[in-house]
Amino acid sequence: MPHAAIIYDAVRTPRGKGKADGSLHGVKPLKLISDLLVALQARNDLDTAQVSDVIMGCSQPVGEQGSAIGKSAALMAGWSDAVAGSQVDRFCGSGLETVNIAAAKVMSGMEDLIVAGGVESMSRVPMGAAAGAYFMDGELMTKTGFVSQGVSADLIATLGGYSRQDVDAFAVRSQQKAMVARAQGHYASIVPVRNSLGQIVLAEDEFIKSGTTIEVLAGLKPSFAKLGEMGMDAICLAKYPQVAAINHVHTPANSSGIVDGASAVLIGSEAIGEQLGLTPRGRIVATATVSTEPTIMLAAPAPAVLKLLARAKLTLDDIDLFEVNEAFASVVLRFRDELGVPEDKINVNGGAIALGHPIGATGGMLVGTLLDELERRQLKRGVCVLCVGGGMGVATLIERV
Amino acid sequence: MQNATYDIRPGGAALITIDMQDSPVNAMNDAFSVMLDEILAKLTADKASIKGVILTSAKQVFVAGGDVAKILQLREDGAEAGYAFVEGLKAQLRQFEKLGVPVVAALNGSALGGGLELALAAHHRVSLDDPKIQFGFPEVGLGVLPGGGGIVRSVRMLGLMKALPLLTEGRRLNPVQALEIGLIDELLTSKDTLIACAEAWIAANADATQPWDRKGYRIPGGDMFAPQNAGAMASFPSMIFKKTRGLLPAAEKKLNVAAEGTQVSFAAACEIESRGFAELLMTPPAENLIRTMFIQMGEIVSGASRPAVEGKNKVATLGVIGAGMMGRGIAYSAALAGINVVLKDVTVEATEKGRAYSQDLLDKDVARGKRTVEERDEILARIHATADMADLASCDMVIEAVFEDVGLKRGIFRDIEAVLPASAIVATNTSTLPISLLATGSQRPDHFIGLHFFSPVDKMHIVEIICGEATSPETLAKAYDFVQQIKKTPIVVNDSRGFFTSRVFSVFIDEGDRLLKDGVDPVLIENLARQAGMPVGPLAVQDEVMMDMLLRTFRANQALDAELDDDYAKVYEICGELCDTMSSRGRPGRSAGAGFYDYAADGSKVLWPGLADLFSGKAEMAHDDIRDRLMYRMVVEAARCLDEGVVNNVRDGNVGSILAFGFPVHTGGVYQFVRSAGVDAFMARARELAQAFGERFEPPAGFADVLDRATSLNRNA
Repeated sequence: MPHAAIIYDAVRTPRGKGKADGSLHGVKPLKLISDLLVALQARNDLDTAQVSDVIMGCSQPVGEQGSAIGKSAALMAGWSDAVAGSQVDRFCGSGLETVNIAAAKVMSGMEDLIVAGGVESMSRVPMGAAAGAYFMDGELMTKTGFVSQGVSADLIATLGGYSRQDVDAFAVRSQQKAMVARAQGHYASIVPVRNSLGQIVLAEDEFIKSGTTIEVLAGLKPSFAKLGEMGMDAICLAKYPQVAAINHVHTPANSSGIVDGASAVLIGSEAIGEQLGLTPRGRIVATATVSTEPTIMLAAPAPAVLKLLARAKLTLDDIDLFEVNEAFASVVLRFRDELGVPEDKINVNGGAIALGHPIGATGGMLVGTLLDELERRQLKRGVCVLCVGGGMGVATLIERV
Repeated sequence: MQNATYDIRPGGAALITIDMQDSPVNAMNDAFSVMLDEILAKLTADKASIKGVILTSAKQVFVAGGDVAKILQLREDGAEAGYAFVEGLKAQLRQFEKLGVPVVAALNGSALGGGLELALAAHHRVSLDDPKIQFGFPEVGLGVLPGGGGIVRSVRMLGLMKALPLLTEGRRLNPVQALEIGLIDELLTSKDTLIACAEAWIAANADATQPWDRKGYRIPGGDMFAPQNAGAMASFPSMIFKKTRGLLPAAEKKLNVAAEGTQVSFAAACEIESRGFAELLMTPPAENLIRTMFIQMGEIVSGASRPAVEGKNKVATLGVIGAGMMGRGIAYSAALAGINVVLKDVTVEATEKGRAYSQDLLDKDVARGKRTVEERDEILARIHATADMADLASCDMVIEAVFEDVGLKRGIFRDIEAVLPASAIVATNTSTLPISLLATGSQRPDHFIGLHFFSPVDKMHIVEIICGEATSPETLAKAYDFVQQIKKTPIVVNDSRGFFTSRVFSVFIDEGDRLLKDGVDPVLIENLARQAGMPVGPLAVQDEVMMDMLLRTFRANQALDAELDDDYAKVYEICGELCDTMSSRGRPGRSAGAGFYDYAADGSKVLWPGLADLFSGKAEMAHDDIRDRLMYRMVVEAARCLDEGVVNNVRDGNVGSILAFGFPVHTGGVYQFVRSAGVDAFMARARELAQAFGERFEPPAGFADVLDRATSLNRNA
């Protein structure tokens, strides 16, 4: 009988624009995450010596984000020397992967209290800084049928018959939901970011674009048409010969935003919670890892959730809310239609199109966002799922307690 | 010393002048390797006393390329033999680099493949500024890579971004371009100063070393993971895939060897390159490309299918009757080659229009700086447009290129022969009418021959020569010489319905139509055809060629069948049926804006949604079956052509299929396709297809023997 993996807290920074003029550009990623750890300790009056590990997702573990940043963060936060730390890379799923690893360790009874989550400063350590064989080794890329994720998203749109209007309309909905959520304080677990002088540099997600209309979006050029034309479309058609041509519908406005941010999720056993006087917020019921065809790359969310539910012996109807990472609009549309999940259960407070996707941190942010909303609405169960490079998918099922 | 001279210059440099006795291009064969060993031994012995080394050539070229037969031999010996061979060459070139005295390559002519590798092993390269000189790595066209350090050195000298296009595209650079990217160091205008320049450099650079042998050396532009290279490195594999469809591994392998080489030491990079060479050597495309595009093409160029008639003929004046699409193109090609052309049509306007076509093309060349105004005028002056048959009296060859109408053509032959001298050759550009049938309209059928050109004539290199029953060997020889005179590639076939190219290509189209009729999704048909390596799918091709035109020739073939008690048209009867279906719906093809596809103003096309009303498009069929139906249909038809004696030798079919209708080059052509698959495997699969889909896939009995007999190096009798 596994131990329960309780979520005692889930905090996150607001997301800053991932460019040199973003509000978090001046805050080094180590500080983004270590300050979250400080906040976690303060919010929960935590005896940090009881935390055995800080497992941090990060997709570009080089330079400022190199060297097992989880351990560096624990040290920087002034936590007890007894706290270990590490870094995990499962591309976009890293921040949820760490949550799942923590849950497994606690459920197995091997560890009692772990901080999971992730950090990504895309403005300081950009995508590609740590690009490895998957993106650069021609032999592997040809064998895999590698295409850039945006082209994959366009392939998903083509196969699903999602037009430019469909994906743009979805993007507008994401923006609208995010604006309402931010204004009405739905994002309860955001911890403002302060600089080294203690001044608040960012208190709210700043990437949201108010005033977004479908007309504005319609004027944007497709981002991946050129890459497709140069050769990636040919690779898609070789694997999917039933497709006549790729319909390039994704633009910066209907794809996830490039942002800076960090997340931290405190996960432990019931026993440690009682011992330390921690208040449970949720419970991780099940986790799932899947991998699927790499050329289409982003079609794993549905299979991941089906695996998750089977393991938990639950059905889709048992789930009140879904957080499906908005890597690209077509990803969520496909998930919605493949499983027949009503859209009013999906990303109810907006998603990465509006808020941004700080790659290694996002998974932990989705957990916090989901928990906030389950609490706000007094609902029971939620699922977080992310599509991941290489065709992978990561999912987690949580219950509010 | 054989094959090279070794002179110590007054200034103390050793001047090596390569002059291979057996090769006008100093090809790098076994004798070349022995010569290098001898040179290196002497240089090593003289090291203390010489000031440097200058490498040059006594030929027009510096050193141009490898020995194709040697590569085939290595393949037969195995991967280890291939590896050892390139490692041996590398060791020789490395000796030059590490000799301890400055080495200069004085490039008096082209350096290609191994020749360029030799030049890169020098510390300095000076070249004549002659636009005819070429530098490049053509090995990708052979299906292999430059295994003598060409990849390693060009990357370490130029950086990945500059080296990769040169390596993966088989591009040839002229001296100015080579200087621009840093492949060569200096340009000189006069051959006389070449050696002096080399000597001067040697005197000023006594301590010369290669950049990669110096402390602190870094690859220019960063390694494969450098952020500035990321975008390109991430795109290169798919760019290569778009061109090769994963069917030709050489370009990909060169990319990977080049990239991986940036992660390791010079020695390790060399070893990776050698292994890459050995791996490519053993791939089927290497064998297929070498056999067909080099050996068999070489046979064609040297006249293996030409009768052993003495004396190479030159046409001084060519008559072209019919100034339409084909005639005007033939006139242009001939004028370019220095031949006087008399272009005739029914009206002066028609002939002027035909001549204006050449003017347009030449004007474009002038605008692009590829030709001077004088050159344009000189070429145009050769074309004389006329409506008067009598003006063709001076022609030594006449090509008729009018409508495919037997009566019309026969009339023309009668008229032209009344005017021509008895020695003149009369050729017809027909693509469907039997030569022997047309020859009955000729007074001198021994001087009558088919010369089937392809559209657009200025771009299509191949000409299908068709011998009628009565065509004499002398006539064939003259026709062969003429095709080579206008710088095109001749294949020789014997008269038969559809000849070779039309017949074999028509079944590709027919099979595409059969698949459509069988209910296969048209998107799958088109995509799988391209996946198999065909440049265009069968439905798109029909639109290009225009289905109303195809229908006309189909009906003409049916009429001929009735007349001759033949059944040729049956071979593509489903094509005939669908051309009728589509044409009668007002959808004849691309120039009408509608065929199987709808064509937009911007040139893009989309499959006509209405196809779904005519053909279900929902039939389940294994992708391998779809692909093999398209390819095997062509190959089996080609096998019948060989069996029936339409072609006598595999070279004409292989080269013909690739050049005339884009049969995938990685297969080596229709007959090499069989060899490469293995004759038994091919026959088994063909029979499987015949069982499942019809006897059109049944290969001729005894084909294996026919194939063996037709694969011979002997000239045509």
